[in-house]
Amino acid sequence: MQQQVPSISQTSEAKTSFWHDPDRLAVFYQALALAVVILVGYYLFTNTLTNLERQNIATGFGFFGKEAAFEIGESLISYSAADTYARALLAGVLNTLKVAVIGIILTVVLGTIVGIARLSSNWLVSRTAAIYTEVLQDIPVLLQLFFWYAIFYEILPSPRQAVNPFSGVFLSNRGMVMGVPESHPAHIGMLVAFAAGCVAIWILRRWARKRQEETGRIFPVFRTSVALLLALPVLAWVTGGAPTAMDVPELRGFNFVGGINFSPEFAALLLGLVLYTAAFVAEIVRAGIQSVSHGQTEAAMSLGLRPGKILQLVILPQALRVIVPPLTSQMLNLTKNSSLAVAIGYPDFVSVANTTINQTGQAIEGIAMIMAVYLFFSLTTSAFMNWYNKKVKLVER
Amino acid sequence: MTAHSTKPAYPEIKPPVTSIGLIGWIRANLFNSWFNSILTLLVLAGLYKIVPPFVKWAFIDSLWTSSSAECHASGGACWSIITANIRFILFGFYPPSEQWRPLAAIILLVVMLLVTRNRTWWHRSLLWAWAAALLVMWTLMRGGFIGLTTVESTQWGGLPLTLVLAIFGLTAAYPLGVILALGRQSRMPAIKALCIIYIELIRGVPLISLLFMSSVIFPLFLPEGVTVNKIVRAQAAIILFTAAYIAEVVRGGLQAVPKGQFEAADSLGLTYFQTMRLVVLPQALKIVIPPTVSILISAFKDTSLVVIIALYDILKTTQATLSNPKWMGFSTEAYIFLAVIYFVSCFFMSDWSRRLEKDLSI
Repeated sequence: MQQQVPSISQTSEAKTSFWHDPDRLAVFYQALALAVVILVGYYLFTNTLTNLERQNIATGFGFFGKEAAFEIGESLISYSAADTYARALLAGVLNTLKVAVIGIILTVVLGTIVGIARLSSNWLVSRTAAIYTEVLQDIPVLLQLFFWYAIFYEILPSPRQAVNPFSGVFLSNRGMVMGVPESHPAHIGMLVAFAAGCVAIWILRRWARKRQEETGRIFPVFRTSVALLLALPVLAWVTGGAPTAMDVPELRGFNFVGGINFSPEFAALLLGLVLYTAAFVAEIVRAGIQSVSHGQTEAAMSLGLRPGKILQLVILPQALRVIVPPLTSQMLNLTKNSSLAVAIGYPDFVSVANTTINQTGQAIEGIAMIMAVYLFFSLTTSAFMNWYNKKVKLVER
Repeated sequence: MTAHSTKPAYPEIKPPVTSIGLIGWIRANLFNSWFNSILTLLVLAGLYKIVPPFVKWAFIDSLWTSSSAECHASGGACWSIITANIRFILFGFYPPSEQWRPLAAIILLVVMLLVTRNRTWWHRSLLWAWAAALLVMWTLMRGGFIGLTTVESTQWGGLPLTLVLAIFGLTAAYPLGVILALGRQSRMPAIKALCIIYIELIRGVPLISLLFMSSVIFPLFLPEGVTVNKIVRAQAAIILFTAAYIAEVVRGGLQAVPKGQFEAADSLGLTYFQTMRLVVLPQALKIVIPPTVSILISAFKDTSLVVIIALYDILKTTQATLSNPKWMGFSTEAYIFLAVIYFVSCFFMSDWSRRLEKDLSI
């Protein structure tokens, strides 16, 4: 009996028991978690392999090179049913990007307008904006898509009796057609001039900031930038021969010819996504502007800044810091929600991938591709936004 | 001295009529500058173009209990599509003679929600009441005891299915989300990495890809002969999806708990689990109640996505009604009806969350 006493004191001195040593427990828990994940993964993997073998489904991405043999309603690249699956999927990705990019731009514009309208001193305007955000936020986006799509194919008339809300714009159950300027070499010149203007503004801003830091003299950057952005393309347009011819859609036979045509699927998808997401963006913009305390405006006024300068130098930099992170997640939401296109028949990536799955039976590869593409969009957007966030972050001294 | 106490000889002058009352209000709120005046006129013009025709269509010219033929002849809204098919839209393929059961379950749910809305009722007993109520709802829907015939979950549809997917989705996703959030804050690198990968992976992909996975790939994961009901699979996808979002919300709450709380718990000699259960989580979860409600709202809206994998939730039953040749062409009315249902439910929740936010911040 006496021999045991020193042995106990020895062990308790040397080390605590296994269950009370946080370091060794940590290793144990992590090993356990990893083992569970690996075992479950292995179990599912073997099950899948046997199931695939039993159903004679080939694995791998060999189907990429095969003929797709299905049509895609609209595509940014030339595509026909004789092309490969790879090209069909690429057309799908481009369609997703098309609706996402146009949608994000329109959403930010509309959301900002509605968000500012909610803060308007005009009772009617602020109430209308409040009702808009409240109602559209609370209705599922899929239901809104179905609703707009139904408006297009059920309510709107055939092209012969198309609704003409503005001159050059026609709404019918075949979609929306719009007049555009006829293509002319001067337009390319205008694009180049616009890009040159952007570069010039970037250089000008750097120069103006440097000069202001050194000499204190302020250069009217904003007005010069606007002037440059407007004047350079106009100059290119005039030197290019000032083409004014418009490509106006005309009714020939059963449909419109000319102009640019948005299919009902695209128009409904864009309308639904933009109206839904803009309601959330409006809330974000409103909260961002309200987060800048009124004292900041008063302090800026007492320094003698003009209202435009107050907005530019005091309010916006602080509001953007609050607005940008949630705005990013709304942009990603819009991109992810564009996958609902499959429900109304717009050939986005998910829709094309879904058809591919149905034709080839290669579900795992198809869904892995869908996930990979959206993950890529998400990660690149958040990487870009993290960079931007770091740029506008408050520099604390 | 007395002159000061007497009333002035001249009568009190009232403010001009243009600055008080209705006219004053209109001047102050609608026409206080030339820009606002133009805005007011523009909005009024827009409302005049939209509202009267809508009222005429939706109420004055509308038909409520007619046959489909009369609807096709009339120019107004045909609400008859709702009244004639209300049982199918709300309850799907649930046996008609038994439809009082889902109705009773929904009423029970609404009562529970109204009770929960009142914060003076927030006790531990309310949690038990919720557990009991969920059990009662489940048995009511499922049946198979004291004279109630069994209704398999494959026959569930309409509004009950939407509610089941949302409520069980959130109840099951909540603990999972808390575990994931704790894992993400953990000091153990392997567990932290696993949780981060899971959360970011799920948040990076659309819900629809998970639903496709549940309907197409999940059967491949199972050994031969084992099958899982399609509704359960979709439910699992919604749970896994919602959990990642809850994890991010809970993480925000965990980060808001001051470090001193952790240190105080450590100095009391509490273990990790005791610290979390007794000190950190009660504070963190209270902070995140309002954002959790907004996740509940989006989970409720997101259940509509099961339409794409052909489950008969309330949106799919409505579409099935619309594909009936008799009722074709009345999508607008049917979708407006659904929008009202969703709006009322979501507005109830978001209004409640706003009030909570105000209460909790004081």
